[in-house]
Amino acid sequence: MASRRMSTIHKLPGQKLSRSIKDDDDAWDGTDGLDDSFHSKSAADHHHHHHCHHHHHQLDLSEAELKEEVTRVLNANNPHAPKNLVRYSFKERFYKPVTAVDHLAVHFALDGNLLHKDSDEARRLSIFQLPTGLVPVETKVEDHAETPTTPVEDGAESEETGDEDKPHRTSSKRRKREAKITNQFNFSERAGQTRNNPSRERSCQTEPPPRITFSGTANQWEIYDAYFQKLQKQDKIEKKKKTTPEKKENFEVRKKSLLDTGNEEFAKVGRVAVIVERIVIQNTMDDIAQDFKYFEDASDEFRDQEGTLLPLWTFQYEKARHLSVTALCWNNKYQDLFAVGLGSYDFGKQEGGMLLFFSLKNSAFPEYIYSTASGILCLDIHPQLSYLVAVGFYDGCVAVYNLKEETVHPVYKSTASTGKHTDPVWQVRWQNDDMDNNHMFCSVSSDGRVVAWTLVKNELMSSDIIRLSVKGAPSDGSDGSQLTVISRGTSLDFHKQIDYLFLVGTEEGKIYKCSKTYSSQFLETYDAHRMPVDTVKWNHFHPKIFISCSSDWNVKIWDHTVNTPMFTFDLGAPIGDVCWAPYSSTIFAAVTIDRKVHVFDLSINKFEGICHQIVVAKKTRLTHIEFNPIHPIIIVGDDRGTVTSLKLSPNLRKKPKSKKGQELPKGSEAEVLKMDRLLSLLREPELD
Amino acid sequence: MKPPAVFDFQAEVEETLKRIQSQKGVQGIIIVNSEGIPVKSTLDNQSTVQYSALIHQLVMKARSTLRDIDPQNDLTFLRVRSKKNEIMIAPDKDYFLIVIQNPSA
Repeated sequence: MASRRMSTIHKLPGQKLSRSIKDDDDAWDGTDGLDDSFHSKSAADHHHHHHCHHHHHQLDLSEAELKEEVTRVLNANNPHAPKNLVRYSFKERFYKPVTAVDHLAVHFALDGNLLHKDSDEARRLSIFQLPTGLVPVETKVEDHAETPTTPVEDGAESEETGDEDKPHRTSSKRRKREAKITNQFNFSERAGQTRNNPSRERSCQTEPPPRITFSGTANQWEIYDAYFQKLQKQDKIEKKKKTTPEKKENFEVRKKSLLDTGNEEFAKVGRVAVIVERIVIQNTMDDIAQDFKYFEDASDEFRDQEGTLLPLWTFQYEKARHLSVTALCWNNKYQDLFAVGLGSYDFGKQEGGMLLFFSLKNSAFPEYIYSTASGILCLDIHPQLSYLVAVGFYDGCVAVYNLKEETVHPVYKSTASTGKHTDPVWQVRWQNDDMDNNHMFCSVSSDGRVVAWTLVKNELMSSDIIRLSVKGAPSDGSDGSQLTVISRGTSLDFHKQIDYLFLVGTEEGKIYKCSKTYSSQFLETYDAHRMPVDTVKWNHFHPKIFISCSSDWNVKIWDHTVNTPMFTFDLGAPIGDVCWAPYSSTIFAAVTIDRKVHVFDLSINKFEGICHQIVVAKKTRLTHIEFNPIHPIIIVGDDRGTVTSLKLSPNLRKKPKSKKGQELPKGSEAEVLKMDRLLSLLREPELD
Repeated sequence: MKPPAVFDFQAEVEETLKRIQSQKGVQGIIIVNSEGIPVKSTLDNQSTVQYSALIHQLVMKARSTLRDIDPQNDLTFLRVRSKKNEIMIAPDKDYFLIVIQNPSA
């Protein structure tokens, strides 16, 4: 609107001049006006009106206002340029006015055709003028590129441009003609572009894979464990291939595992608990353990030749309090483990029995507990397979327990059909395996039979070795016939070296020397005692000596080639048991009912014992005694179900001294020699 | 040694633990599983947690030491005797048992 108005002003230039003169005679600014103010325009109108006199839309100004000076400046600014541009400044975060506005207005633009001859374009074009032979390779390519794009311009070459399949031909044709210069100015490139498919980005994001941090250590033992497990797996696979699993077994195993899953944790703790129990007990009984290991009674030096017994642990089991200890046996393999058989010697009071295993490491509680219906009278642990235990009962049965099996019952038991004894079994002894490699043991009983039992697969097979029948004195009866009396066997022992030779002690007080090969006859008879022979034992070292004891207060030592005893000792009370020491051929110990333990060493004193000591409280009788194979201790059982362990003082453990300059012979030989010397001493007066 | 021949495992173990607890001077028993979490204890909660965490580390260290020297060897038990009492630890593959005893009490 303003421009139109200004144009109207242009049409009247004269008027302008006049106006300015009229307005102000002094100053002629000559402000022309592209930026005429409304004011000035209105002033012009006003003037007009002065001439015309009547205009309605004229501004009425006072004289003072009319005389006001209005300054008009002529400058080269572009009236179309914006005056107050504002730009948002991202840096300062607000709208900032742009100060420098571009005032350049382009009124006219015309593209020219002239090229400077030194410019690149001109040089390129001039190359096209060159003869064909010198056309460089690039231009050919350019040619190529350009020819298909100029279909309209070059009508003459239109056939060739379409010929893209035969580039060589076109190029050769090209060469003949002058190289075409593409027109830079009005050369219009007609390019066709297909519609570009809008590119879309499609991505999908998966859930991040779950991550866990894994760490491990590589120690020597971890590597070892890994290999070991692998080995075990391999072994298992091999075993599975070999054995065909029985369904029954599997079922039982499964059943057990069902029970176990509830108690698994506790089952595992069980093993550990056993160890800890031992540790705790060792702590509480620390002094005893120390004594056991290290204490040596120094006062023995002053005591001439006598020795003492130091009490160590006592082993008790509450449920066995009412039973008597009827058998004791040390385990050969684990020399801290011993077996205790419990029953009753009282004919009237048979209350069942127990088989307990104690370890010296834990005196508070037995390691193994087996309950039996009938009282146990004897037991023997297999010398090599220390998990097999043979037991003889009061009711005449024999049984074999396997400690490795996890059952409370014996693995073998004799029954009436398999030939059990009809009277209490007083002694069992393991034998060497027979020819078929079956284990066997022998038992003796009051029914007068010595029976050999063989463990064949699942059962016991018995065979009589000998019947203890004696031709009795002719009766006073009318017939005059001789009676065969059956002797009741009460003890049994096999020779250590000679396999077939054994001794049987009887209730009548006789001892029979027998051989397995002769089943009807005795090799020798010894009139030993007046009362039942409680124990017969061969000497550990000397092959000819054995010892016997009986309730007639006597302990007798024999040479089996001689019919009379070598030594006789009267101990003043019925004797329960006697036992040779495993480390010396001349030492033995006996227990009597008056609570005493007697230890004798024949090489020191042939007539008296070197130790007589009361070891238990009043009113208990001692029933059995055993020496430990390696430790210098003995265990003594009594009729209250208690086993007491005692340590032998040094005097009781003397070994033969070597004379100066003499070589000490080996242990067993020395012992034999010792005994021989003793015997020779005895015999000389006899010979005389 | 072979395992004992009484075959109700749960009762057997309970009985053994009772016997241990009744021994002279025993102050407490803790059974800890292989992760160091106490499974059973006769002490109060705070002591149990403390003992089990600390001793677990000790046992792991001791065992690792032994087995590094000879991988075929393994820790049977560990006894730590102090002025006031003795801590006995018997580790197993999955569990270990801690017994605190004052032997002179």
